[in-house]
Amino acid sequence: MPTSVLQPRLSDNGLMVERHWQQLAGQRRLYTVLTAVILLITVSGSLWFANETNAGKFFDRLPHFFDFVGELIPRDGMEIWRAMFDLPSPYYDGSMKYDYVEGRQYITGSFYIPEYFYKMAETLNIALLATLIGLVFGFLLSFLAARNMTTNVWIRGTARRFMEILRAFPEVVLAGFFLAILSLGPLPAVIAVAIHTIGALGKLFFEVIENADMKPEEGLKAVGANWVERAWFGMVPQVMPNFMSYFLLRLEINVRASTIIGAVGGGGIGEQLRLSIGRGHEAKTLAIIILLLLTIIAVDQFSAWLRRRLVGEQAFHMI
Amino acid sequence: MTVLNTAEMEMLAKRHPEIFRRTLWQRFHVPIIVFSFALYLIFSWWFFAVGKVINDANWGIAGSYLADWISYEIRPDIEIDADGAMRISYPRFDPIGPNPNPDWLEATRETATRTIEAPAAPSTQSAAPSSSFSFMAQAPKPGEAAPQAATASQTRTEEIVTHAFVTLGTSRTIDVKPDEVVLTRGAETVRLILDRTSGEVRADGVLPEWAEQRSPGARVVAYFGFSGWAEISAERVRVRKRFLGWENFFFDTNSAFFGKSAGEVAGLVISGERLDPSRSNLSLAWNDILYNPSWQHLDVWTKLLQTVVMAFIGTLFATMLAFPLSFIAARNILRNRPVNQITKRFFDFLRSVDMLIWALFFTRAFGPGPLAGISAIFFTDTGTFGKLYSEALENIDDKQREGVRSVGAPPSAVQRFGVVPQVMPVFMSQALYFWESNIRSATVIGAVGAGGIGLKLWEAMRTNSDWENVAYMVVLILIVVFLFDNISNALRSRLIGKTNH
Repeated sequence: MPTSVLQPRLSDNGLMVERHWQQLAGQRRLYTVLTAVILLITVSGSLWFANETNAGKFFDRLPHFFDFVGELIPRDGMEIWRAMFDLPSPYYDGSMKYDYVEGRQYITGSFYIPEYFYKMAETLNIALLATLIGLVFGFLLSFLAARNMTTNVWIRGTARRFMEILRAFPEVVLAGFFLAILSLGPLPAVIAVAIHTIGALGKLFFEVIENADMKPEEGLKAVGANWVERAWFGMVPQVMPNFMSYFLLRLEINVRASTIIGAVGGGGIGEQLRLSIGRGHEAKTLAIIILLLLTIIAVDQFSAWLRRRLVGEQAFHMI
Repeated sequence: MTVLNTAEMEMLAKRHPEIFRRTLWQRFHVPIIVFSFALYLIFSWWFFAVGKVINDANWGIAGSYLADWISYEIRPDIEIDADGAMRISYPRFDPIGPNPNPDWLEATRETATRTIEAPAAPSTQSAAPSSSFSFMAQAPKPGEAAPQAATASQTRTEEIVTHAFVTLGTSRTIDVKPDEVVLTRGAETVRLILDRTSGEVRADGVLPEWAEQRSPGARVVAYFGFSGWAEISAERVRVRKRFLGWENFFFDTNSAFFGKSAGEVAGLVISGERLDPSRSNLSLAWNDILYNPSWQHLDVWTKLLQTVVMAFIGTLFATMLAFPLSFIAARNILRNRPVNQITKRFFDFLRSVDMLIWALFFTRAFGPGPLAGISAIFFTDTGTFGKLYSEALENIDDKQREGVRSVGAPPSAVQRFGVVPQVMPVFMSQALYFWESNIRSATVIGAVGAGGIGLKLWEAMRTNSDWENVAYMVVLILIVVFLFDNISNALRSRLIGKTNH
């Protein structure tokens, strides 16, 4: 059978294959063009819609874009540090813009924590507590939702649907609802973030359990262990590193989430940032941004280091 | 079974030192962890003042807020004047509409001539704003128009209510007469005597558990479970009847279609007379639905579309920018360490500046609206995608690249045919995953002014009275998230085949 592709003239069979290939290629090209056109229409339509419903139009606002960046430059560089550490400002004129000293959180008579450090600690604490709550409940729920640990379809299905609802419910609604009941403060933020975390961690956890090795569990079953013993001694030791890795990953996400929830009324650094940007206090804004940036980088680096120690490189396969 | 002697045991211990001599951490890590966790919880309890917050929390309100998600109240007030005449009125924006005559409130009316003293303090105050509204439908008979009198005391003939009977639910009733109110819930019945001269309410017998009187003679609040509650004082009986469902979801009380059943509306739309001569009934009905003032369907849908658009455009543009940049950042593609490092640090910067900061920043720059949200998502996700993509590029198999290069392909062709086919599925899968999760993020950053449904949701919650609107928007958000979850799953499995993602 002649197979050389260099042969200028094709046999009947070859011609047929060639024709078929051309046809397929044409179809493929058509689909590509069609997809591109649809995408182009969707994108331009979306952009037009976004621009049309925005308060300021993109091209009207663009020339003034850097005006705002200019507004962010404080009177002198030291102002940022004064705002960050609550030191008295030489520009103090009684207005809120330079009242850095007011925010000091005194622990003893003369020792104080600067306001933004305190608020940052509050945000971190919101995230940590919420993630821990999520860890505990997600841990318990995940064993009920895993196929290899719970054979009863109803229990499993209920646990899974329950976690799905917790996950999909918008955090901002939870925060708003608990703000209405508990009044302003960080606790609504903790509850809102924790509820979302239970759903998110529970899902990741039960997938880990379903992929775990069943041999230890089988061994325990053979010697007559009950369900709790099988879960605790057969399953927990092998899934724990992965659980901790997901816990740390979630902690990173929750630090960001609690900042955002803070900005909509949950307290913490997010609220301070929103207020200072809204009021045009440039030194305060920059101090908060620097603090937030450093904290997020520190948390990310710490959790990456810890995860690498716990599960090695495989922890970095995202999600 | 053999018993080990001491020497053998020592030998075993020597052979496996790691089992017999474990560190403190290895031996006690479970109690240590539990103990520090408990310690942290105590600290948090103090730090967030949990006890105080829970104590101060208004749990009674929580129940009614939750009930508001799926139900609504109609609030007739039965006012009893000094001479025993009663009037029924509704608040101005009550969902019952301008023509209230519900069948669960049976009123016996009769026409009477009354003398009203103008400076009577309790009745004038409440009569002025509400009565004109509620009597619009009942008293437009020509002869009954009240004579205009400028004197302090006036005499007029009008229709008054002498007896009102409210049915709140099965065997839950309130029977209101000028001097007494009889409350029935299940088998229990209590008779309250209204003494208007002293302004006191006295129970004839012992009050049941579901009725509450703070002090003798004060007003009585009776709870009827989900059906509602009533507040009885000597001059006024406030009734709150709760209905399951969302009130006036399609047509508001101002609409011509208000109070009509679906069949009637359909009949009108298909073959009815024009209600508004200038346009068809279909367009009138559609317009009334879109601009329903209490539900604001058009506005909610527009805002929801904004949220989806924000997530879509933000993610798409971030992918498009991160794609070329990740080739620069990957150290096996571009062999220039300083450039790699600078690009990677740039990604880290974009990622670490929180989405909130970007959102607030762009809200200041572009004004509130979806442009700010798009920019915030775009900036954050360019960083995230850049990091993920460059990591994917650094982990590719080098053989395909070498193969393409060995046949003399130019560098662009090496990337196109040696690299891109390997990483494309990962890239697409990540982009789709983030699109989906950004719909959720866009809801939250919307609440700080970055456009979309977030702000609308937040405003509805802040008023504390529009929880049914919150429920409506949450349902819409859940539907959209569910829909895009499925779309992105379908796209992903088409593009990269079924995986466990």
